[in-house]
Amino acid sequence: MTAGSQVSGEVVTAAPAEPQETRADLKRKDNRAWWLVLPVVVSVAFTAIIPLMTVVNFSVQDVFSPSDRVFVGLDWFYEAVRRPENREAFVRTLLFSAQVLLVEIPLGVAIAVAMPRRGFWVSAALVLVALPLLIPWNVVGTIWQIFARADIGLGGWTINNVLGIGFNYTLDSTDAWITILVMDVWHWTPLVALLAYAGLRSIPEPYFQAAQIDGASGWATFRHIQLPRLRGVLTIAILLRFMDSFMIYTEPFVVTGGGPGNATSFLSILLSKMAVGQFDVGPAGAFSLIYFLIVQVLCYVFFTVLTRSGR
Amino acid sequence: MLPLLWMFGMSIRPNEDILGSFALIPQRVTFDNYVTFFTDVSWYSSYLNSIIYTSLNAVMSLIVALPAAYAFSRFRFAGDKHLFFWLLTNRMAPPAVFLLPFFQIYQSVGLFDTHLGVAIAHMLFNVPLAVWILEGFMSGIPREIDETAAIDGYSLPRFFVRIFLPMIRSAIGVTLFFCFMFSWVELLIARTITSVDAKPIAATMTRTVSAAGVDWALLATAGVLTIVPGAIVIWFVRNYIAKGFALGRV
Repeated sequence: MTAGSQVSGEVVTAAPAEPQETRADLKRKDNRAWWLVLPVVVSVAFTAIIPLMTVVNFSVQDVFSPSDRVFVGLDWFYEAVRRPENREAFVRTLLFSAQVLLVEIPLGVAIAVAMPRRGFWVSAALVLVALPLLIPWNVVGTIWQIFARADIGLGGWTINNVLGIGFNYTLDSTDAWITILVMDVWHWTPLVALLAYAGLRSIPEPYFQAAQIDGASGWATFRHIQLPRLRGVLTIAILLRFMDSFMIYTEPFVVTGGGPGNATSFLSILLSKMAVGQFDVGPAGAFSLIYFLIVQVLCYVFFTVLTRSGR
Repeated sequence: MLPLLWMFGMSIRPNEDILGSFALIPQRVTFDNYVTFFTDVSWYSSYLNSIIYTSLNAVMSLIVALPAAYAFSRFRFAGDKHLFFWLLTNRMAPPAVFLLPFFQIYQSVGLFDTHLGVAIAHMLFNVPLAVWILEGFMSGIPREIDETAAIDGYSLPRFFVRIFLPMIRSAIGVTLFFCFMFSWVELLIARTITSVDAKPIAATMTRTVSAAGVDWALLATAGVLTIVPGAIVIWFVRNYIAKGFALGRV
């Protein structure tokens, strides 16, 4: 998508992309490319837009049965915003995402810097680091559910009996929170590490040689050569980690089921309880839409802020 | 690594030993749990279900995403940037939002509890991802190649299949891997739109948890086995994995 596009200035017709015609004007402005994008648009429309329309539909109606519906306007939206447990879950989720970012981004970069750059160990380190990412999310939950148990799990047992600290995630809300947080760090820091590693590998070797000649310290090299180069990948890392942690569901669901009490009831958990557990489709629909919009807005803000600062 | 090893340790000891007392090293080693897994139809069939719909999803996502990624990397067209960002936002959409509509729509069009249904539902987040990864890789290939091929008399489809696809082999591998992986690890949607015939392994596992008396050993066994497919696939794409995670943008 570089310059030199409107050289020919020919009028493009809406005819299907005939291969003969596309030849001459590759890399030019060409609205026929829409035909190539069409399958994606159709499939995403089916999987994203139609369901969203249904949600909108639900959110403004009170459904007694499939044939008996009453239009209720924005009532559900008011209720969704008013309910204290919704607001609490929102704050809780935001707090969780913030903590996740604060821990995982620096840790991931540190791991990436420490990873080997050539030789056999590159493959081994990559596979080892990537392994937690490949585990189905509920299995991650299961692993930690067992691992952190005070009676039969290695982690929980060690904390209780070796370190002598009372720790039980099923009873204490702080312990539950810590368990979920540690689990998320364990599960997703590798993503940040891999991204940062990919970024580091793209730095040309002469940069480091020059730094060495100038007698730069390890920290100075990191601060002035590596960190600026990581901006692009860290943008993606922050974006992905924020979004995924903001919609975290499976892992806390498996480990604590949102408990004890509501200590780890994040937005997704609350929402799926409403929608599938109680079939409260109206409030759930309104709540989904608000949730969806929040995510979209935050996503857009993040995206623009981060890409602007990179330029 | 430790939690993984611990789970493996649990999977090879009998249940009574796990619940009886805490022990670092298993006293009695048994493979009964694995035998149970592969002989009990509800376990191995859901394992197969998962493999079927993830593979189906990966292939479908790839086919849909290939031309689109090519369009994004080679052409400028009305609304391309907006469309590209819009795709990303779908990757970011919380699955919980889509639960209810998926449930209702799938029941009305007869996709409920089918492999195809889950595969289509997972395209929601895998197609955008595939487009992003492929676009990143494709943009790394010089456009002169397209032009040279065009001068040599290749039509666009022929060029695409004969020359371009072999050149982006690694990208295709990485994309398939990512689609497979994200479909494999997803539970929320898969569980909601299936009941028996296409039930994923992940759902079978949660059912065991909620049942009275938890079979920890069997659960750990299932856990170990669910990691296997991913671990096999990752070995093949290990050299490109980092680039793939960066959505091909490094």
